[in-house]
Amino acid sequence: MAYSEKVIDHYQNPKNVGTLDKASKEVGTGLVGAPECGDVMRLQIQVDSTTGVITDAKFKTFGCGSAIASSSLATEWLKGKSVDEALKIDNMTIVEELNLPPVKIHCSVLAEDAIKAAINDYREKNGMEKIKFEESVVH
Amino acid sequence: MLKLPIYLDNNATTPMDPRVLEAMTPFFLNHFGNAASRNHPFGWEAEEAVDYAREQVAKLIGADPKEIIFTSGATEADNLGLKGVFEMYASKGNHIITATTEHKAVLDTCKHIEKQGGEVTYLTVNPDGLIDLAVLEASIKPTTIAIAIMYANNEIGTVMPMKEISAIARKHGVLVFTDGTQAVGKIPVDVNKDGIDLMAFTAHKMYGPKGVGALYVRRKNPRVKVTAQMDGGGHERGMRSGTLNVPGIVGFGKACELCMLEMEADTQKIVKLRDKLETELMKLEEAYVNGSREHRLPHVANISFKHVEGEGLLMGFNKNIALSSGSACTSASLEPSYVLKALGLGDDLAHSSLRFGLSRFTTEEEIDYTIKSISDTVLKLREMSPLWEMYKEGIDLNSIQWAAH
Repeated sequence: MAYSEKVIDHYQNPKNVGTLDKASKEVGTGLVGAPECGDVMRLQIQVDSTTGVITDAKFKTFGCGSAIASSSLATEWLKGKSVDEALKIDNMTIVEELNLPPVKIHCSVLAEDAIKAAINDYREKNGMEKIKFEESVVH
Repeated sequence: MLKLPIYLDNNATTPMDPRVLEAMTPFFLNHFGNAASRNHPFGWEAEEAVDYAREQVAKLIGADPKEIIFTSGATEADNLGLKGVFEMYASKGNHIITATTEHKAVLDTCKHIEKQGGEVTYLTVNPDGLIDLAVLEASIKPTTIAIAIMYANNEIGTVMPMKEISAIARKHGVLVFTDGTQAVGKIPVDVNKDGIDLMAFTAHKMYGPKGVGALYVRRKNPRVKVTAQMDGGGHERGMRSGTLNVPGIVGFGKACELCMLEMEADTQKIVKLRDKLETELMKLEEAYVNGSREHRLPHVANISFKHVEGEGLLMGFNKNIALSSGSACTSASLEPSYVLKALGLGDDLAHSSLRFGLSRFTTEEEIDYTIKSISDTVLKLREMSPLWEMYKEGIDLNSIQWAAH
C-alpha cells in the first residue's frame, strides 16, 4: 500500500514528539489504543489555565505510519487552540488532510480519541466534570 | 556498487536465475509445441523437454521421474495432494493430522475437507515452532489416513523433524504429506530418506519461474494414489489434466538442477550473511528471534523488535529494502501473524516482527546496509514509542488497563 506524501512527511519528520510533565495540573494526558491491536497513542496538552488556550502539545505513538502521522498532525492542530475548539477536531478532517485510505481510518479515530482523553484528563485534574463522549464507531 | 532497493523477501518469491531464463526462452518461441501432441516434431520436442525436466526435478528430491506430477504451483499441489488422498482413501478413513502453523494452502484445504465430512486434528507447536512427536503419535486413530506437516515454515523457517514424523506414520500405516515449498532447493530433501509419500513444492521459491510446481506422489512402498481434482485430457498419468506449461517446466527443471549443484556453496554463503544480520540486529535491546534457531532454514530469520510496530518499522526503509512483517495493520481484522501467535508470542511481539529471507544473490554490502537502516529506524521509532518510554520507566505494560478496540 502506498502512503500519501503527507503521511510520509509526518513519519519522517514528526512534529512534537516528546513528553510533558503528566503530574502538572496544566497538562492533560490521553493514552489510547492497545499493544495487542498494534497501535497505542499518547497525546499530551499543556493548557494555560487563565486563557484556556493549549500552549503546547506532544505525542508518542506505537503504530504504523498513518497512526504516527495522525498524532503528529493532531498535535500541530492543537497548539494555539482553546480547549473548546480542540474538542471540535473531527477524525474525518484528519483523514482528509492525510488522504488516509479506508483501512487506516481507525488511526484518525484513535487520534480524535486521544485528544478527547487528554482534555478529560485536564478537566478532571482541574475539578471539572469529564465530558461523556459517544463511543467511537470504528473500534 | 550497492543497488537499491534490496530484496530480502525471498520466502515470498525469489528472483529467477538468469540461467533458468536462458533455458526457458527457446520454449516460448521456437519449441512451442504441446507436449501432448504425439504426431509431429513440435510435440516430440516439447515432450522430450518435459521428460528431461521431470528427471531434473525428481533428482533433486531423490524421487523417480514417474513420481512427479506437474501443477501450477504449490497451492494446487497442496490441494491435489490433500483432497486427492482424502477422496482416494475414503474407504480407509477420514482423519487427517496437521499443525496450526501450516500455510493457508494446507489449512484452508483442510477446512474444505472438514466440510466434506473429514475430520482434521490441528496440532499446536512449542515456542520453537516444532510439533510434539508424542502428541502426534497419540493423535493417530484407526481412521487416520494422512499426516500433513510442512517441511519448513514460511514465516519463521523452522524445519520439522520429517524423519521422525514419517517413522511414526509408517508404524501406524499412515501416509505422510508435506508442504516442501520453502525447503526444497534450500536444504537436502530426500523423499526416501525422509519417508515422504506426497510432497508439494514450487519453482518460484528456488530461482525458477512462477506458475509451475509439482506434487511428488510415491509409487512404491507404498504405492500412493490421488483422485484428480481437475477433469480433462488425463495428463500427468490422469492425476492432473491440463496442457503442460512447457517453458515453466523446463525452467523448473533447470532451477532444480542448479539448486542441486550449488546448494552447498549457496548455503555456506547465505548462512554467514544471515548470521551476521541476526547477530548485529540482536545487539539492539529487546530484540527476539522467533522460532527455532537450531532447526531452521539457512536463509531465514524472523526477529521481533519489542515496542516498535512492524508496519511502522517497514515504512522507515521499505523504499530501499523489501521485507515483510508479521503485523497486519492493513488487514481489516488487525490480527497479527497466526504463525507467530501459535508460538505463544503476545500480540505485541507478533506486531513487532520482521521476516528476512535471503537468497543466493544477496550480498554482504546489502546486509550491511540493512543492518544500519533497520537499527536506525528501530532506535528512531522507540524514541517515538510510548510503550518504550513506559518500559524504560519500569512500568509493567500488562498492568495497564488498555482501552479495548
